[in-house]
Amino acid sequence: MSDPSDLFLLPLEDWIQTAVEWVVANWRPVFQAIRWPISYTLDGLEAALQGIPYLVVVIAMFAIAWRTAGWRTGVFSIAAMLFIGFLGLWDKAMTTLAIVFTAVVFCVIVGLPLGIMAGRSDRFWSWLRPVLDVMQTTPSFVYLVPVVMLFGIGTVPGVIATIIFSLPPLIRLTNLGLRQVRTEVVEAGLAFGSTRWQLLKEVQFPLALPTIMAGLNQTLLLAMVMSVIAAMIGAEGLGLTVLRGIGRLDVGLAAIGGISIALLAIILDRVTQALGQARRDGPPVERRSWLAMTLGSRPRPGGTPATGENDSSRGPSERFSKGGG
Amino acid sequence: MPVKVRAERLSKVFGDSPGAALEMLDGGASKDEILRETGNVVAVSEVRFDIEEGEIFMVMGLSGSGKSTLVRCLNRLIEPTCGDVLIDGENILAVDEGRVRELRRTKMSMVFQHFALFPHKSVRENVEFGLKIRGAAPAERGAAALDTLRLVGLEDWAEHYPASLSGGMQQRVGLARALATDPGILLMDEAFSALDPLIRRDMQDELLDLQRKVRKTIVFITHDFHEALKLGDRIAMMRDGKIVQVGPPEEIVSRPADDYVVDFTRDIDRGRVFSCASIMRKIPPLQLGKDTLDTATRRMRQESRDALHVVDGEGRPRGIVHAGAIARSVQAGEPDLADALLDGFPTTPETARIADLYTMCGDGLPIAVLDSRGAYAGVLMPLDILTKLTPDVPDPGTRRAMP
Repeated sequence: MSDPSDLFLLPLEDWIQTAVEWVVANWRPVFQAIRWPISYTLDGLEAALQGIPYLVVVIAMFAIAWRTAGWRTGVFSIAAMLFIGFLGLWDKAMTTLAIVFTAVVFCVIVGLPLGIMAGRSDRFWSWLRPVLDVMQTTPSFVYLVPVVMLFGIGTVPGVIATIIFSLPPLIRLTNLGLRQVRTEVVEAGLAFGSTRWQLLKEVQFPLALPTIMAGLNQTLLLAMVMSVIAAMIGAEGLGLTVLRGIGRLDVGLAAIGGISIALLAIILDRVTQALGQARRDGPPVERRSWLAMTLGSRPRPGGTPATGENDSSRGPSERFSKGGG
Repeated sequence: MPVKVRAERLSKVFGDSPGAALEMLDGGASKDEILRETGNVVAVSEVRFDIEEGEIFMVMGLSGSGKSTLVRCLNRLIEPTCGDVLIDGENILAVDEGRVRELRRTKMSMVFQHFALFPHKSVRENVEFGLKIRGAAPAERGAAALDTLRLVGLEDWAEHYPASLSGGMQQRVGLARALATDPGILLMDEAFSALDPLIRRDMQDELLDLQRKVRKTIVFITHDFHEALKLGDRIAMMRDGKIVQVGPPEEIVSRPADDYVVDFTRDIDRGRVFSCASIMRKIPPLQLGKDTLDTATRRMRQESRDALHVVDGEGRPRGIVHAGAIARSVQAGEPDLADALLDGFPTTPETARIADLYTMCGDGLPIAVLDSRGAYAGVLMPLDILTKLTPDVPDPGTRRAMP
């Protein structure tokens, strides 16, 4: 008589067991269909990253970091990548990158539309919000159980667990970004006869982009974290190195795995943070898409206006004059 | 002038049970009573007005009087609870969403209090926006944007971003953006309220200049009575969601409908409100070559005045004759009206405000008011001017003392 369960034992455990078994038995095609694109993307990315000579990867990382976050981050990324290489963890780091990128790609595919829908519909947001709350308060290990049940073990289930774990911030910040766009600016868009799609494309999305990029940054860092935990269900990469180190009480091995993860995380954090900071003040800037910026290509021809340098030195107030028109 | 915008019993209620609020409103309940009973806010309450093509129609009211809601009902950014809005005779509350978009794209555009420029687009892209939404080709809309920017004097700033412009310049961009689609109707929601006083005055002058060129129907929301007087062809005074008076500035000032309107008119410079045309006396002049000394004397007696203006064959004033001068001419045996003429006399165009005439009043001579062709239109006595400067309404002390 020391425990409520002496009176009555709720057999929830059995119910769940039965339910999951039923789902696994009957819904197999669905899970295979989910698994397939992820597996395909992951294999492709991993093969690419492993196949490209390390020097090319290092230089590419440098170029991306330099163009987006400045030369300091560029130099740091060279040093960090070479350091990981010298630790003998290059292949594992590339696998981890492949896992993280795959997870982020699918987070964007799923999270961006959900975030946009949430940002434009109070009803959808009120429904989605508790789901996100539950997702974010659930301990990361707990995700592993149903994933193993439904998808088995290995790297692909690890990626699926990573996607689920790192999805919420992107949805939340996309929603927030859209809602933060000033009412008057949205009204201006509508007052000129925008459709909902035009409003999203021309006004809401570009203005929400810095916030959305902050969400992407968070998602990416969470994916990095989860890629380690996902090693417990057989995901490969640096996480597995750490797990093995812990399992064998090999502190050195665990530590170099951990250090490598931290270094990768720092590079990716800096780069994605820089992508989120758009510059819209001051003199006319060279117009490029951020994709072009990332790849370091030249600005579009005709992008730089003729009024360029002269005007930029003068303050707007000095230049203010009564319109001649 | 045809009616461009018509509002019929237009109401907007914010809240859960607008039906109940509307019923109370029909029953004559006040905004406060409705809020207490139903928890609904009546923002616009049975408003009706006609706005003629090409006029600047000012909606004047304090904050919370529902004027911003009203203007948004005109392009359905806010869905009215009941009533009709007719644009060129078409009831826009009865049409579907697609037609509303079409109307917004072609017939009306809007200028916002805090400019509401798109910070991620350059000045040119901002001005192009309406055309882009409409589906115009890049080259065409770029050229149109530059033309419109030239109109507001900002063509050199086309490739800058709004953040690098001063407030006044940003609002010019806002204005250019609204003009670029060449709409018939311009909705301006407190367009100049966020600007510094001096810039605001410049912008007001510029809007009047621009209006002479583009001739739009402008619905202009403001809480600044001076702005309303300066810009408006007609002013609608709004209070608690209702329009309490509509009329030209001079009428609002000279015949305020209630104490609320009186309060606004009290501290304004009346000399800047009244034009010469609005207060002049239309006394027919004498005509050279037609009238004689005899008829002049008779006319003076008829009009009970001791001086009259004399015009030539084209109606242009040539001078003044005084009763005294006529008497002297008759004594001297000079029978012609031309000989009795006094030619140093003050004149003013009929569009001038009476504040411009203060120095002329010093002479004590009647002032000839000229129409746009320079012909005699009427006469102003210095005393008329001074009388007009004093409000007809009692000052606050005596008014409050009355039961």
